[in-house]
Amino acid sequence: MSTTAKVLRYVVLVPLTLLFVSPLVFMLVTSFKTPGEAVQTPPTWWPDPFTTQAYERIFQATDTPVLRWFANSMIAATANAAIVVVTASLAAYALARLDFRGKNVVFALVVSTLFVPPVILVIPNYEIVGRLYWLDTLLAIIVPTAASAFGVFFLRQFFAQLPRELEESARLDGANRWQIFLLIVLPLSRPALATLALLSFLTNWNDFLWPVYVLFSPENQTLQAGLSTLQSANSVRYDLLMAGAVVASVPVLLLYLLAQRFVIEGVSRSGLKG
Amino acid sequence: MLFGGFVLLPIVLGLWISLHHWDYTLPRRPFVGLDNYRNLLEPGSVAFEPFWNAMEATGIFTLFSVPLLIVVPLVVAMVMNEKFPGRNFFRAVYFAPYVLGVAVVGVMWRFLLDRNIGAVNSYLGALGLPDAVAWLSSLPAAWVALVGVTVWWTLGFNAVIYLAGLQDIPTELYDAARIDGAGRWSIIWNVTLPGLRPVTMFVTIVTLIASANMFGQSFIMTDGAPAQQTRTAIFYIAETGLQNFQMGQAAAASWILTAALMLLSLVVFGVFRARGAMDVS
Repeated sequence: MSTTAKVLRYVVLVPLTLLFVSPLVFMLVTSFKTPGEAVQTPPTWWPDPFTTQAYERIFQATDTPVLRWFANSMIAATANAAIVVVTASLAAYALARLDFRGKNVVFALVVSTLFVPPVILVIPNYEIVGRLYWLDTLLAIIVPTAASAFGVFFLRQFFAQLPRELEESARLDGANRWQIFLLIVLPLSRPALATLALLSFLTNWNDFLWPVYVLFSPENQTLQAGLSTLQSANSVRYDLLMAGAVVASVPVLLLYLLAQRFVIEGVSRSGLKG
Repeated sequence: MLFGGFVLLPIVLGLWISLHHWDYTLPRRPFVGLDNYRNLLEPGSVAFEPFWNAMEATGIFTLFSVPLLIVVPLVVAMVMNEKFPGRNFFRAVYFAPYVLGVAVVGVMWRFLLDRNIGAVNSYLGALGLPDAVAWLSSLPAAWVALVGVTVWWTLGFNAVIYLAGLQDIPTELYDAARIDGAGRWSIIWNVTLPGLRPVTMFVTIVTLIASANMFGQSFIMTDGAPAQQTRTAIFYIAETGLQNFQMGQAAAASWILTAALMLLSLVVFGVFRARGAMDVS
């Protein structure tokens, strides 16, 4: 590759990087400004004075309890990811290794629901969640998406390509199905399980439409739904809104920073299957 | 069980609800046959106008966002498809917005695009460009804003999928083309793009479904403004069904949207298949 082409590449990539990073930096900077400086033009890139008043204020407000929302989102996303990993790995192992009647039908059903647009489920799921008296509770956020067709499909493909010999030799040593699954298959699948757990956590944490409509009480909201409540309550207090947005971003950005490889690999693999 | 309870049952229940006058707050939910569908499809009925306005908004959004989200990430992926210093860093940065929720992205960009105090207008002004564009409350600026923000948010996701696809193309094909004396563009046209066809089809269908389901950006950034013109189909369905509790009407609308989407996906599928067949012959 010629030197011009190499330089040209950075000429494209560096400005693009600024375009991606600067809005996030600006959000963070604004959250430490006074209300007046937050809406000042031209915008400032360093808060003067530096203040945490926005955070103090949103953490104390009773109609927009941001810390409570943070806890709700943490609980819901963690519980959802845990249930997805447990149920999907069981179902995926059954589909990858066990022989039972109707196996192909079940697998075909799972794959076909991958292409069901989520909108079709919103209205009926609301009815079901209502009948279970789960409206305005975290169960409504945790349970309905815990049946993950993507998870079953993703893990089945992973289990299917594990070497059978390992399982065979374990069986000769007298291990039963459960022992094989728990002691051999799952430990070998740690990267895939981590990827699935991460993606489920991110999806649940970021879900928006559903929590906006099924959670009504201020204290029961998740952070994403809460941001919309925060916006209605303080429509031009951008210092407060940016502080709320920072609180909602930090956990997922940290998780992404630490486990970037798993997230990106999970996404790339989903494309190769298509 | 879980799968049956919250995926299969709802699909059937959704159809069932769509055939009733189903108000969540009322005890009686009489069967009305295809009336809900007729209301949505017959010009002059009360539901017709708002529903098709919303469908039009979704259509406009999809029409502009899908091509951009197919082409721009592809270019980015091709620029990054060679080992060079900082490659993983750039990839990680471009993907980063995607891990944020639509609420964060929406609240942040509503601030940046604010007509009076937003950073975007302020910098446009500094460059001598118009500095009072009402990005969130006038057309076509609102569409530029909604599509632009969506591209910013999801570009990295599509780029990562393309990158994986690019790395899957056997290097022998490139070598062979080079030996045959093919130039840079000819290689892209005859090796890279055909090799990427399955991945491009996947990206197209996934982006199409995502764009047709756009909700959060409108809800947070424009709230449907100006005059409900950026209120999307999902926005209409959610408001009708989950706020005004006309669930029968909303369920019927969601089936019409889904049918349209499936039809489009089939067309996409057909186009890619036909192209593939042509190459082989």
